[in-house]
Amino acid sequence: MKVLSAMSGGVDSSVATALLVEQGHEVVGVTMKLWGGESDSGCCSVADVDDARRVAQQLGVDHLVFNFTDDFNRHVVDPYVAAHAEGVTPNPCVECNRHLKFDRFARRAELLGFDAIATGHHCALAPSGTGWQLRRGADRAKDQSYVVHMLGQWVLARTVFPVGSMTKAEVRAHAARLGLRTAGKPDSQDVCFISATGGREAFLGDRIPLRPARVVDAEGHTVGGVAAIELVTVGQRRGLSLGGAAERRYVTSVDVASGTVTVGGVDDLLVDATELRALAWVNEPVAGPVMVQISAHGRPAAARFEAGIVRWSEPHPRVAPGQSVVLYDPSDTVVLGGGIAC
Amino acid sequence: MREPIIEPNGAPAYVDHAASTPMRPEVFEAMVPFLRANMANPTGSHTPAREARRAIDEARDVVAEALGVLPGEVVFVGTGTEADNLAVLGVVRRRGGVAVCSAVEHHAVLHSVEHVGGRTVAVDRYGRIDLDRLASALDDSVSLVSVMAVNNEVGTITPMAELAEVVRRLAPGAVLHTDAIQAHSWVDTAATAHLVDAMSLSGHKVGGPKGIGALILRGALVVEPLVFGGGQERDRRSGTHDVAGIVGFAEALRLSTMERADTVARVGALRDRLVDGLRATVPGLSETVPRDFKVAANAHVCVDGVESEALLFLLDRAGVYASAGSSCSSGAVSGSHVLEGMGLAPSVAAGALRLTLGWSSTQAEVDHVLAVVPEVVSQLRRPVTAGRR
Repeated sequence: MKVLSAMSGGVDSSVATALLVEQGHEVVGVTMKLWGGESDSGCCSVADVDDARRVAQQLGVDHLVFNFTDDFNRHVVDPYVAAHAEGVTPNPCVECNRHLKFDRFARRAELLGFDAIATGHHCALAPSGTGWQLRRGADRAKDQSYVVHMLGQWVLARTVFPVGSMTKAEVRAHAARLGLRTAGKPDSQDVCFISATGGREAFLGDRIPLRPARVVDAEGHTVGGVAAIELVTVGQRRGLSLGGAAERRYVTSVDVASGTVTVGGVDDLLVDATELRALAWVNEPVAGPVMVQISAHGRPAAARFEAGIVRWSEPHPRVAPGQSVVLYDPSDTVVLGGGIAC
Repeated sequence: MREPIIEPNGAPAYVDHAASTPMRPEVFEAMVPFLRANMANPTGSHTPAREARRAIDEARDVVAEALGVLPGEVVFVGTGTEADNLAVLGVVRRRGGVAVCSAVEHHAVLHSVEHVGGRTVAVDRYGRIDLDRLASALDDSVSLVSVMAVNNEVGTITPMAELAEVVRRLAPGAVLHTDAIQAHSWVDTAATAHLVDAMSLSGHKVGGPKGIGALILRGALVVEPLVFGGGQERDRRSGTHDVAGIVGFAEALRLSTMERADTVARVGALRDRLVDGLRATVPGLSETVPRDFKVAANAHVCVDGVESEALLFLLDRAGVYASAGSSCSSGAVSGSHVLEGMGLAPSVAAGALRLTLGWSSTQAEVDHVLAVVPEVVSQLRRPVTAGRR
């Protein structure tokens, strides 16, 4: 089939593209230009485009750059800034996958006459009834099903994940065998539009006012302060100017309107339930027992899900509002869907 | 693996001459002796060095004659971009003062002017600098005014005489520079040269090689060099001469000057056939600038309801080699500051397609484009289908 392969310039998408070529598909590689501003980390830099293009050349496939910076600002950067201004903690990589790396890319591929898109994500697809099942990648340590949990059947029906059945070590070994320049390239870790030097503080400070706030305990006594409430996340332990408090204290809530950060002990952070909004399902909506993961590589916990609410089997640390909460089947292998913590 | 980029006839159709022109065979032949037999550095004193030196001196005479200037006014540089940089930065660093340019200049000028804290002047809906606004931007503090002779995206010709009159009247001390890189094959650049103080040219836009350009510095105009070293080009641009490039560039300028009238007539007729044909067969396609205001080679159009990137991909697959007008260094199509400056709505500019012809263009190429574009546009306008695999 004709496959449009998303090439970030990293090793996973390099090998994904190579595998498609080896399988005899007609492949065109594409690097999406997403962030138009300054960056010194993550993907999308000109150096990454160079890597992707050189790998495509070595594999004998055409390489193009699609400029999606307009949609990236609209769907990822602007909401990221707005969320921080409200004191919630967004997950820009999920939104980028939702709107750019899959939706817009798949629509573009369809328009250009391709049968499928491919990415280098570590996750897997399996036929299921009339549709497609989304599963964790074979390399549990590198599994990326969390960041693609919201993909629906329309996209999954035209997507392939060529490296989902491989371990990262196997991916690197394959790249090395082919002599690809990305074989030893480190994984990207950070949000691509946040620079390593300036961090979130510099990025947000250029766009919204960052305001100092009081840190109070459960009784309302001031116990510390923060320079920028917009940067505080529920569950955070450091940077609260708490002095030499005896027990570890965590942020249990953030109220931007009153400029108040509340802290408490680890027990104060525990909740019985987490409400989700913006639910998205891989297939049909699901209710009942689930395994729940609240960060890209976090450890899943057992719960029941019904009526938009995760009811934890054991009390669970509060999920920072804005974070994606992903639901897996009780065997913890199949992605069911997810939502955003309220 | 792939077909050669340019076939003499028909498909594939190379319609991106504004990006780069095919090299004329005569140019190639003129360059060969200096790529093969004569290896000398023209600053040397031995026989091959003197031959190389003579080739450069002759080339300079040819360039000067083609542009109606004196040989000493021709400075060979590495690229058109370097010529623009040398004009803007070289003048401002020498004289101080403020640089002013139009909002639709090539980035070689625009980014240089921004670099020295200069200002831009708005253009009208066809990309012509607004002379009233220019007038209000001019005063004694202005040391340089740079306005391109022909726009590289939409082909608009600047009325240089009117412009020069405004500049001389309101900023008599300012250097008037023009980027004539897209102009030489289509307009009388010798006339332009007599209206300005500095003018940029590039080899590969006129049927010559890449990697060679020239800055014309009229009269006794002195600029601060950008490149220091052995003092070549009378200290205005150091670095060993690219002898073959200079020889090829001069031959290309000579030929394109000699054949200009014929080329304008012949290519203009092809362009009209192209645009008339597209307008007749592609609904929602509009010509960006009326033909009276632009060069004969330019067929910039906007296609409603399609995205340039998608359009270019399918055109490429069908052997039509075009561009959207501007791209960034990564190869992505970027939003055009030219179309934005002209006030085009982003939704219109999103469908920009720059088709540009040149000395090698044929009717067969034009007919191939006319056969392909309507099909590709209708594919792109088809709604995306439901599930399938």
